[in-house]
Amino acid sequence: MEVDAAKLIGAGLATIPLAGAGVGLGLIFGNFLTGAFRNPSAAAANQTTMLLGFALTEFTGLLGFTISILILLEIF
Amino acid sequence: MYSLRAADPMEQFEIVPIVNLSLGSIDISLTNSALWMVIGTGAIILFFFAATRRTALIPGRTQSLAEVLYEFVSNLLRDTVGSEGRKFFPYVFTLFLWILVANFFGLIPSLPGLPHELHTFTTTSHLAVTLALAMLTITIVIIYGFWKNGLGFLKLFAPSGVPPLMYILLVPIELVSFLSRPLSLAIRLFANMFAGHIILKLFAGFVGSLLAAGGALTLIGIVPFLGAIAVTALEFLVAALQAYVFAVLTCIYLNDAVHAADH
Repeated sequence: MEVDAAKLIGAGLATIPLAGAGVGLGLIFGNFLTGAFRNPSAAAANQTTMLLGFALTEFTGLLGFTISILILLEIF
Repeated sequence: MYSLRAADPMEQFEIVPIVNLSLGSIDISLTNSALWMVIGTGAIILFFFAATRRTALIPGRTQSLAEVLYEFVSNLLRDTVGSEGRKFFPYVFTLFLWILVANFFGLIPSLPGLPHELHTFTTTSHLAVTLALAMLTITIVIIYGFWKNGLGFLKLFAPSGVPPLMYILLVPIELVSFLSRPLSLAIRLFANMFAGHIILKLFAGFVGSLLAAGGALTLIGIVPFLGAIAVTALEFLVAALQAYVFAVLTCIYLNDAVHAADH
């Protein structure tokens, strides 16, 4: 019983990286918009870089999600 | 009438064989996953066949869409890799379209009452599929990198313009970063599709259980229903974005292989 409970707690704890990913995504898009409003003509050229940053940041959150699922489904 | 039972949200990821085949001891059955890959690939081929059958100077609707897709990937490749990247265009274009179509086809709702084998299936929601795509990309990067630059490809791990002492720290970091590329490519696509579809089916399950509860609860069922619609819209965005991100990252990694010696 304790093992099951520990697993569920662990799966819950493994979703904490989502908080960091949320902060990171907010920073990326917020800063991109700040820059884009200041200099709209340069915005289009930097969209790829922005999306790259988005993808790399999102990955940290998804890694937490994957580990959570791995614990829940007991795939090891 | 179909039962209003809330199906297990994991049920949609089950791989069900449709035609049982085996090659010696290897199981090569046609599964629902394979079927949806064939459907996706077939749809792409059919679309481009239809789009290029009667090409005109002033393109029609189908031809325009094909041209937009072509130019989109072509510009992406030119911006990230440069003119030397032209030879990778077929690969990146195929990769982008295949992932896009696989993601989109997974969002088609299954017809109720169909047997499990024929439910819509998102092929990209399986790590085996996305990891195969990512390994293909990274294998091309490594083989082309060594073929083009020789041992100069290893400069990728030791960027120039750094104090020599820093290499002790920098080379392992670059090495780990390079080795984690296929994993991050694969897990990003897989986890996005997997998580999105679980959320979608969870909301759909709430609707089912609220409808079955009866009374005032039946009316509240509209809330998760609207939620499911919103999540579906979000999933369309994610499906397109993830195909784009996969293509962009493939281009950036190919750029490393093409210009490794300039580092």
